[in-house]
Amino acid sequence: MSAELENKENTLDKNENEIALRETEGLSQGQIIFRRFVRHKAAMTSLIVLVFIILFSYTGSGIHLGDSNNKITVQGWWPYQIDQIDPEGAVESMCANGIPGCPTLDLIPEFIDGTGMQVGAHPLGMDTVGTDYFALVLRGAEQSIMVMLIVGSLGVAIGTVVGAIAGFFGGIVDAVLMRLTDMFLVMPTLIIGAVIGFRFGNLGVVPLAVMLGLFAWMGLARFVRTEFLSLREREFVDAARVAGASNRRIIFKHILPNAVGVIIVSGTLLMSGAILTESALSFLGFGVRAPDVSLGLLISRYQDVFTVAPWLFWWPGVFIIAIALCVNFIGDGLRDAFDPRQKRRISLKERMQARELKSTAAAKAKA
Amino acid sequence: MRRCCRGKVDILFAYLTRRFSMMLLIIFGASYIAYNLQAISSDPLAGLAESTEENAEYLRTSLIRSLNLDVPPPIRYFIWFRGVLAGLWGQFDLGQTRTGISVIEAIELAIPVTIRLVIAATILAIVLGITIGMVTAIRQYSRFDYVMTFISFLLFSLPIFWVAVLLKEYMAIGFNDFLAKPEIPLGFLIPFSLVAGLIMAGIMAGNRRRFWMVFIGVSAGFGALLQYLSLTSWFISPGIGIIGVGVFAFAFAALVTHISTGLDNRPSLITALASATIVTASYFPLQGILTEEANFLTVLAVFALTIGLSAMVGFFVANVDRRVNIRTGIITALLATLPIILDRFMREFSNYMSSDAVSGRPVPTLGQGNELLTPEQQSNFWISGLDDIMHLILPTVALTLISFAGYVRFSRGSLLEVMNMDYIRTARAKGLNERTVIVRHGMRNAMLPLTTILVNDFAGLIGGAIITESVFAWKGMGSLFNQAINSYDQNLFMGVFIIGATLTVTANLAADLLFGVVDPRIRIRK
Repeated sequence: MSAELENKENTLDKNENEIALRETEGLSQGQIIFRRFVRHKAAMTSLIVLVFIILFSYTGSGIHLGDSNNKITVQGWWPYQIDQIDPEGAVESMCANGIPGCPTLDLIPEFIDGTGMQVGAHPLGMDTVGTDYFALVLRGAEQSIMVMLIVGSLGVAIGTVVGAIAGFFGGIVDAVLMRLTDMFLVMPTLIIGAVIGFRFGNLGVVPLAVMLGLFAWMGLARFVRTEFLSLREREFVDAARVAGASNRRIIFKHILPNAVGVIIVSGTLLMSGAILTESALSFLGFGVRAPDVSLGLLISRYQDVFTVAPWLFWWPGVFIIAIALCVNFIGDGLRDAFDPRQKRRISLKERMQARELKSTAAAKAKA
Repeated sequence: MRRCCRGKVDILFAYLTRRFSMMLLIIFGASYIAYNLQAISSDPLAGLAESTEENAEYLRTSLIRSLNLDVPPPIRYFIWFRGVLAGLWGQFDLGQTRTGISVIEAIELAIPVTIRLVIAATILAIVLGITIGMVTAIRQYSRFDYVMTFISFLLFSLPIFWVAVLLKEYMAIGFNDFLAKPEIPLGFLIPFSLVAGLIMAGIMAGNRRRFWMVFIGVSAGFGALLQYLSLTSWFISPGIGIIGVGVFAFAFAALVTHISTGLDNRPSLITALASATIVTASYFPLQGILTEEANFLTVLAVFALTIGLSAMVGFFVANVDRRVNIRTGIITALLATLPIILDRFMREFSNYMSSDAVSGRPVPTLGQGNELLTPEQQSNFWISGLDDIMHLILPTVALTLISFAGYVRFSRGSLLEVMNMDYIRTARAKGLNERTVIVRHGMRNAMLPLTTILVNDFAGLIGGAIITESVFAWKGMGSLFNQAINSYDQNLFMGVFIIGATLTVTANLAADLLFGVVDPRIRIRK
């Protein structure tokens, strides 16, 4: 009995390898990574949710750039603005217990509470002076996404360049660049962000994000350097050099594509960190200032009215968490996809299928 | 004996010299950038320019003179840095704040507060995070693994100030309201027990039947316990009692033996059980020591007593593997004595709660200590300790929640990587049991990369609680920093900055040296 079981286990083990092999047959590296990523359910869901949030907030609130003196504004589809005050609306959307500005959004269907599902004029309610909260939260989400993208791309760009040069050339260049990286590393982002934000916070979110990005590349540079240090010793680099490729060509065409996994993964971590940093700065009062809004600023402004108007506290938080969570999950999916040692968990069903396939193939061969 | 030769010491000395000069250079560069950034983004005379007071001009000139504001910042920096360099020969000077207080004095007051705030949270986060991370790695792809992975990602994405507001609302205000009428409603009790059952059943992997059995058993047991506590008003006058202490002691004994040597190791098991018995038996005698006049030293003495007795048992129980037996006894005694101390604190709780300063609402939302306590309450170790604990609860929970996710992810990844190594296969092939493979060969190696992170995190603590301090109104380094930025106080800002930077670079060096000690493969190169 047990011998038979063992035998079965052995065939299963063999089949596992076969499944893994068959899956990657005839595919390029990029295709394999793409397939692995698509199969990561949490990451795919997060990607869809994130794209939805980005589109939703940008089309809803419109695009606002520039400081208070010279604004570039494109109107979105949401009718209310963040500086509009609408006291009648607040009274209209009063709760049953007489608190003005309640959310009109109702997701509970009719057969449970008898009011039916509806969006209403002010789905997320109104703040204490009667501004539509949906407009405020959309605008805040837009700012957070902007910070995330700017800090992410700046950090990745600087970090990759510094890490690549340090790792590729080594020696004195490496030593100098790494000491420079250490120098920036001892300046905590929050502390530097507070100093910068205290002065530049009122200029809007773009300058703040650019300045934050200038102080966010160090971790990535270290990872890229380590990767370059090991990649530059590989045979294909020697081959390229013998073929007469210039340093620039070797860096960009030969080594960088192999290091792209590390870059993308730490880039996503950088981005989710950037959202939290920006909201923390705004919460402390060192980031985005009134009349502009950000999600952290909204939370800080309404934390004291939690007992009376909890929606003013919940919704910005929900958006921060949703965006950061999505980015983290996408990063996790990318890490799994880029990791060649990553073994996928092969379910019992797939093993059985593989076994059946094999036995039918064997039967065919016999026949 | 390891031979030590002159060459090795020379190499280490040269290495340390090089590292120290590098550290100084890095601190110099970083503080130079920070100093000038701060100078660009603030205007120390802004408040006075609009002032209509008569002596505004006088204040202006005196401020300029005392802070050397007539020197441009890139050069003024060197005046400031001279004070830092003087630290090398013991005359450390960070200048004065705008209000004329020495920056060093302000920092000396703030550092203990910040350490008190973060130390418990950090230790909790490390212990919980590493434990849960390793369990998820051992039970990879189990329900528990999936749930913990999701939770750690969620915690990763939480802004701490948001968590803090929720904790204030539900853990402080909600719990205080609950204490006014301490009965757990069934609508809360049932889901809570079910979740507890689900978690335990998730950890104890196995077949479906075992899963449901664990689930039902734990849920029912937990629900009954909560109901019992609720009916006996335990939440108003809590305590553990000798029975509870005994249960904890023997549970710890079994756990420690199981992890460190395995339950088949008779001498070790006997030591652990004996030490649990010693601790339980000393419950009543110890109450004579843990009186109102007790202080911190008394508590230390209690620990020393139980640990010493257990170590003696470990020494005499067998003459093989003495070191291991003593170690088991010591760890068991240490863990088992904790409930006794906790019990002593708990029995003071009703006194504390009914005192005028607290008036029935023990969990505060703000502050670092209750100022209304009477002097005799302040001098009572148990009451003042309880007051500290109560004020620490919310920040500790918030900080732990935020930081433990990182440890979960890291230790899980680390252990998974180690378990794929060849030496693990060798260990299994030698016929070692799974416990030995995981604990001796897996976990020890998985802990190696964690040392670097741990050391660096400890260094980051001092400056790392800016938001927490601001939300919970503690007066530590974070609040100094806030004050420095808001009042354009450059010397104060640089003081906070230099402490954080020095700790970071020192921790980096310490981590590298420590790594060389724990991992013999690492050698210092010339």
